[in-house]
Formats: sequence, C-alpha cells, structure tokens
Amino acid sequence: MGARPEPGAPPDAAGLGRLRAGGFIAPSLLLILAFLVAPAAWTIYLGVTDFRLTGLAAANPQIVGLDNYLAALGDERFHNSLLLTLQFVFGSAVLGQAGLGFAIAWSLRDQRGPLRRMVEAFVLLAWILPSSVVAFLWYALLDRDGGTLNVLLDTPGMAWLLDYPMLSIIIFNTWRGTAFSMMLYGAALGNVPPSHLETARLAGASTWQQLRDVVFPRIRGHVLTNLLLISLWTFNDFAPFLITAGGPEQRSEILPVYVYKVALTGGQLGFGAAISFVMLLINLVIALAYLRMLGRRKERV
Amino acid sequence: MSGTSVVETRERKASTVSARSAASVTVRAVLARIGRYTFLSAVLGFFALPLLWLATAPFDSQPTLTASIPEFTLDNFRTLLDNPYALPSLLNSIYLAAGAAILVVSFAALAAYALSRVRVPGRDALLYGLLLLSSIVTGTATMVPLFELAFRLNLIDSRLGVILVLSGGLLPAAIFILKDFMDTTPTSYEESARVFGASPLQIVRHIVVPVVRPGLATVTVWTVANVWGNFLVPFLLFRLPDKQPAAVIVYTLYTEGGQANLALLSTFSLLYSLPVVVMFIFVSSRYGFRFHGGIKR
Repeated sequence: MGARPEPGAPPDAAGLGRLRAGGFIAPSLLLILAFLVAPAAWTIYLGVTDFRLTGLAAANPQIVGLDNYLAALGDERFHNSLLLTLQFVFGSAVLGQAGLGFAIAWSLRDQRGPLRRMVEAFVLLAWILPSSVVAFLWYALLDRDGGTLNVLLDTPGMAWLLDYPMLSIIIFNTWRGTAFSMMLYGAALGNVPPSHLETARLAGASTWQQLRDVVFPRIRGHVLTNLLLISLWTFNDFAPFLITAGGPEQRSEILPVYVYKVALTGGQLGFGAAISFVMLLINLVIALAYLRMLGRRKERV
Repeated sequence: MSGTSVVETRERKASTVSARSAASVTVRAVLARIGRYTFLSAVLGFFALPLLWLATAPFDSQPTLTASIPEFTLDNFRTLLDNPYALPSLLNSIYLAAGAAILVVSFAALAAYALSRVRVPGRDALLYGLLLLSSIVTGTATMVPLFELAFRLNLIDSRLGVILVLSGGLLPAAIFILKDFMDTTPTSYEESARVFGASPLQIVRHIVVPVVRPGLATVTVWTVANVWGNFLVPFLLFRLPDKQPAAVIVYTLYTEGGQANLALLSTFSLLYSLPVVVMFIFVSSRYGFRFHGGIKR
C-alpha cells in the first residue's frame, strides 16, 4: 500500500505527487462534504430526535435516543415496505435491468446496421427522458379506461395499477433503466476475444456453458459495478411514487415512498430520518454482499 | 512419399468430420438467428410502446390517454406559448443543467485522474462510501437538512444553490465512472510528456482530456439528463415560480385543477424531452457514448 520510493521522484505517470493529487481531489471533496456528507450527518442527528414538521416538537425538538429506531423496527408497515423494496430491487434491477440488459448486449454483440441502432436508440430513449414525463407515459399506457395497453390486448377495464401494482412498477423500472446495463455489458463483451468463443463453440459448448466459462470470468468486474450501482439506484428510486403513489393500500409502498409519506405527509421528520438511516445500513449490507460475491478474487484466480 | 499420404488421409478425415459438424453448426446458427431476431423485435416493441403516446398526443386536436393516429393540429403548441411559465421554465432548466454539468465534469475529471494515478490511502473505501451515500442522500431522506443548509447559506431561490446541491449528489458516481475510464488508458503518453517538462495541469488538459473524451461525454450526458429530470431539489429550494425548471412546471400542469390538461401536458412533455434527446444524439454521434466500466484491481 503506502511504501513510497525515494522522495523527489514522483511515482505516478504524470508526476502529480500526493500533494497535487490532493489539490485535484479537493474541489470535489469540498462540494461532497458540504452538500452530501453534512446533510447525511444531520439526518443521523434528526433520527434520534422527535423533530416534526409542525407543532411543539418543530420548535423545540427533544432527543429521544433510539426510540425512533425501535419504533421503526417494530413497525408492521416498515416490514411490509422493506419486503416490497427487496422484491422491487431483485425483480427490476437484478432480473429486469441486468438480465435484460445483458441479453440485449449479447444479442447485439456482432450485429451492425439499422436494427442495432434502432434497438439501442429506443432503449436509451427510455433512460434519458425526464422521469416526470416517463411516469406519465406509463400512467397513460396502463390506464384502466383509455390506456393503450388495454386497447392493444383487448382487455377493456383492466386496472393494471390497482390489481398488479408491484408488477407494474417492476416492469416500469426495468423499462426505465435497462439502458445502463445494456451499455455496460456491451462494453464488457468487447473485452471477450471472439476466438475464445469460437473455440468453445467448436468444442460443442452450449450457449450457457460459453457464458459461464468463457464470458463471465472476463466480465466479473463489470457485473459487480453494474449490480452495485443499479441495486443502490433502484433501492432509493422515488419514481414509482409518480405512478402508483404507493397504493393501493400500501401494496407498492417501497421504502423511499414510505419515508416521503412519514416525513412530509405525516410530518414526523425525526422518524423519517431514522428510517433513512436504516435504509443506508441496508444499502451497505447489499454493497458488501456484492463485493464479497464478485470482488477481490486475487488469491483464487 | 508415404509421409504425404498420411497427411492426406488425415486431412480427408478431418474434412468429413468438420463437414458433419459444420452442418449441425449451421442448423444451430439458423435457429439462433431466428431466436435472436424474435427477441430483438420483442425488445423493440417493449421499449417503443410507452413512447407512442408522446409521439401522437401533442398533435391531436382532442388527445385522450390512448395513443392513436391524431387529427393533426399544431394548436396545442400555440396554447403552450400562452402559458407564462412553460417556455421560461425550459430556459431555467438549461441554466441548471449547464451549470451542474460544467461543475460535475471538471471537478470529477480532476478527482478521478488523481485517484486513478496516485495511490491515496483508503481510496477504494472512500469511493464506495461516497457512492453509497450519494445514492441515498439525494432522495427524500435529506430534504429537511438540505433545506436548512440552503437557508443558512442564503441559497434559497438561488440557481447557484440548486446547482451546488445537485452537483454534490452527482459527483461520487461521476468520479466512479470516470475513474474506470482513466484506469484503462495507458500512462506512457503522460510519462513522455513529463520527460519533456509538461506540468501536471498541462498533461491533464492536453493529453488526458483528449484520451478520455468519450468518458467525459458520457458523464456530461448523464449529468444533464439527471439535472434535467430532477424535481425534488428545485421544488424544495425555489419559492418563486418564475425560477422553477420544466421538471416542476410539468407537475403543476398535471395536477392543476384536479384534471390533467392532456393537450398541454403532452405538448409540453414533448418540448421538455426534446433538448436531452438532441443533446444525446449530438454527443453520441460526435464523441461516442460508451462505458468502459468494471472495477479493476
């Protein structure tokens, strides 16, 4: 790690040295400290108070210790919400975005021409459009009375958002975010030498065997980056609120929506902050699990 | 002589074997191709379907929620021009997106470069920690502290405030993506530039930036798209409606009076979406839009 060679001979390519490297990092770090770390620390503090949006506790919040955390951990609605969030992350990020994204990248790997450009263009369009627009597009698509999907499937009056709220937002989020995985895996598959795949195919390896033995070992790092980022993004995604608003009857109330309702609609800012902190810890666990599964295999490989 | 005949028989054997396996390979290849085209068509349909409405409703004189062939009209665009907030809000969005993009890309490039080339103790832990924090803090969790912070720094109703808050949230992921790009670029150019006496800043400007240009383009598009769509931060920090960006104005259009004005909403949605699409097409055709990615160790 830290053993540096003789002083005066900068070890890095550009001759930065540690001091100037610090200078390069400083602007980002300052901004991040002020507008990311400070509010986060503040949230942790709020989590141990009974701070409210209105009323007596708004003017003079009291320290209540771990009460908020204990209340959250014992709350039925929190359990329900956590379970839905895990479903949402597994269904739409891991299976949906990463699975579909990889499948598209794999199918397009030796395609050129208009089909490739069309597929990529539409997948990317879903990703770069503003979320308020996209949410309304899905609302219109799935609407009970005039929705395009009901017209296409000839199922008039089918209330997708009421009958299948979780499935709806899972498919929505898959649609919304697949582009990132598609592009990342597209870049990753460029690192797999075609000759290796050719050899494996001639040796009679099935597609599944090729993926497992030839492709996966080479793109392990990409899989890790991909799952890590999209799981965290999905875990904290607020966009489903714009489609189902957590309903009906909290059946699609994932954690970010729950926090929003508790903190802003309900005015319990301290309680909301405590749940946010619990969410941060769960994210940490997810990140560590991925790192353990996919990262650092130096000693084995 | 006998040597050649052995070689010949071997070749003949090999060719019959390869002919048989070639036949089965061809059958498999044809099936695979059919499967692949079916799959890609389904993907195309899935991703295009929700977008249909955005392409038809703005030009329909009586838009409904169903995507259908419109009774063509441009009246909706004329109505939109009469709305006092619609067009200025697009300009506000441009200010915010441009400001945040400049800040995020330049700061992230410097930081990613330093982190990629110089061993800073605890670098990986720092990056992961910040990434984790950024994914949760930018959401609803920190609305209250952010508002208090902006209030104390006198940044309410200030574009700079919104730009700073958004940049702080986007920087960790931007550094993360850019560092991946930097890690894969060879260091030999930088070394030779140093031999000729170039300063570190010169090296960054004249050597590193051109080499990682696709990465910078990717991060720029990503930042702009994020800021362009962000509703929460401007909604929180702007009190005056004439500073609100399009993301917030879209909401007022679909909640105003309980019933969404579909003509206005669809038309404005289209206008609001176009700039990011145009920017994306421009950047990707000019610099290429791609990822390197993968955590290298």
